[in-house]
Amino acid sequence: MNEPAIELRGARASMGGQEVWSDVDLVVRSGEFVAVLGSNGSGKSTLLRVILGLVESAPGTVSVLGGPPGGANREIGYLPQRHGFDSTLPIRGVDLVRLGLDGARWGLPSPLGSRGASGRRARERVGEVIELVGAGAYAERTLGELSGGERQRILIAQALVRRPRIVMLDEPLDSLDLPNQAAVSALVQRICRAENVAVLLVAHDVNPLLSYLDQVIYLAGGRALQGPVEQVITSATLSELYGAPIEVLRTSDGRLVVVGQPEAPHVHGHRHD
Amino acid sequence: MGNPTLSWNLVSDVHRLLEYQFMVNALQAGTIVAVMAGVVGWYMVLRRQSFAGHTIAVMAFPGASGAALAGLPTALGYYLACGIAALTIGRAGGAAGRGRSGESATIGVVQVAGLAAGFLFLSLYSGVLEQLETLLFGTFLGIDSNQVLTLLVIAVVVLGVLALVGRPLLLASLDPELARARGVPVGALDIGFLLVLSLAVAATSQITGALLVFALLVAPAAAAQALTPRPGLSLVLSVAFALLVTWVGLGISYFSIYPLGFFVTSLAFGLYVLAQLVRRLVL
Repeated sequence: MNEPAIELRGARASMGGQEVWSDVDLVVRSGEFVAVLGSNGSGKSTLLRVILGLVESAPGTVSVLGGPPGGANREIGYLPQRHGFDSTLPIRGVDLVRLGLDGARWGLPSPLGSRGASGRRARERVGEVIELVGAGAYAERTLGELSGGERQRILIAQALVRRPRIVMLDEPLDSLDLPNQAAVSALVQRICRAENVAVLLVAHDVNPLLSYLDQVIYLAGGRALQGPVEQVITSATLSELYGAPIEVLRTSDGRLVVVGQPEAPHVHGHRHD
Repeated sequence: MGNPTLSWNLVSDVHRLLEYQFMVNALQAGTIVAVMAGVVGWYMVLRRQSFAGHTIAVMAFPGASGAALAGLPTALGYYLACGIAALTIGRAGGAAGRGRSGESATIGVVQVAGLAAGFLFLSLYSGVLEQLETLLFGTFLGIDSNQVLTLLVIAVVVLGVLALVGRPLLLASLDPELARARGVPVGALDIGFLLVLSLAVAATSQITGALLVFALLVAPAAAAQALTPRPGLSLVLSVAFALLVTWVGLGISYFSIYPLGFFVTSLAFGLYVLAQLVRRLVL
C-alpha cells in the first residue's frame, strides 16, 4: 500500500475562535482519489486550509508528505474555490497555466522574463499538462471564450503543472452541467492514477463522483467519517451522520445514488459566549 | 521663435524641432513618461483600477495648491498628495477586507475630499495660482533638465520595482485567490502597486496635466489589451502606443498654436477607437 500523503490524528480546527470540527482522523495515500463531502459550513474548505498550514490544527497532529503542514506547499497543487470567477479576464488558458508554473516567482512575466533553455522547458511542461487534461484544442483562447467545463480543465492543468504530489480541488464541479461534472470527475480520476498523486476533491453533491472515487470523507456535526465508498455511502451511516433520513439507492446498472442530503448544516454546538 | 509652420519635408521638420533645448527637454521628459505610463498603465487597466488612478491624478490639484500655500515646490506637492491618496485607498481597500471590489466607494470619498481641500487651499492662497491651467491640462514649455533628471530617477525606481514583482503582480492581478494560495503577498502587492501608480501618475501629469493623465495611462494600455491577450506582447504594444502618442503629440503641438494636452489626448483616443475597430472587424 502506498505511503500516506496526508495524515490527521485527533486534529481539531477552529476559525475565529469557533470550533469547526475536532477529533478528526484521516489518511489519504498517493494515487487515491478522495472526495470531501458535507453540507455548507461543515468545514470542507477548512480541511484543505489545515493541510496547507493556513489554519491552526492543535491539538492533534497533521502530517503532510511526512512533515508539518505548510512545509511542503510547493508539492501541493491547490485550486481554491471560486466565488464567481471573473470570466472576462483578458488572459489565454496557456498563459494562466504558465502562471501556475512560475507566477509566484519574482521577475518579469513570461515571455519577457524567461528566455533560453529554462523558458523552453517551461513551455514544454505547459504544453504537456494541457495535453494531459485534453485542453489542447482551446488553450490558446482567452478564458472568457471558454465554456465552464473547458475553463475548469485549464484551471486543473494550472494546479497540476508543477507535478504536485497532492492535488486539492475546492468545488471544481460547481456551476458545471451534469455531463461536464462527469467528464471532469473522470479526468481527475485518470490523472490521479497516471501521476500517482493524492487527490482531495471538495464537492457539494457526491452523485456525479461516486463511480470514480476510492474513498470519501464526510464532514458533519463537527466530526469526520472516512472510508471506502461502499462502506460509508449507506442509508444507515449517512442518516446517522447527518441526523436526518438519507436514502442510498442502487440503480439497475449498479450505480449508487444518494437522495435527501440536507442542504443546511446539521446543528453542531454553536457556542455563544 | 515666431510660429513655426509644418513643411512637407519630415526630416527638416524634425531637425527644426530639435533646434531648441526646451523641445529636446520636452521630448526626453515625454519619452521617459511614456515608457513608465505604458507599463504602469498596463497593470492598472488589467487590475481595473482606473478609478483609483484617476483619483490619484486629481490629487495633483490639492497637492499643488497646498504646496503653493506652504511655499513648497509644486512638484513636491504632486508627489506627496498622490502618495497619500494611494496609501489611503490601499489601506481602506485592505481594511474593508474585500480587496479591489470594495474600493470604489472609498475612492470616491477620497477624491471629493481631495478636491475640496484643493479648493480651500486655492482660496487661502490669496495670490493667483498661475500654473493652474498648466497643472490641469499640461504643457511642454519650460521643462528644464533638472526636471528631466527627476523624471528619469522616478522612472528607474518605478520600472525597477515592476521588473522585480512583475510576474507575481500579474498573477495577483488576474487571480488573487490563486496567488494567495501560492504564497504571493497579495496585500503588500496591492499597496505597493498603488504607490508605484501614484509615482507614475504624478510624473505623467507634469506632461499631460492632472486631468489628462489617462491619455497616456489608460488609452495605450487599453488599446494594447484589446488587440492581444498575450501579456508580453500587449505590454510592449502599450509602451509603443504611449511613445507614439507622446512623440506625435509633441511634434504637432510644436507647429501649432493649440495646447499639447489636446493633441496627446485626441491621438490616444483615436488610437483606442482604432484598436477597438480592429478587434471587432479583424480579430
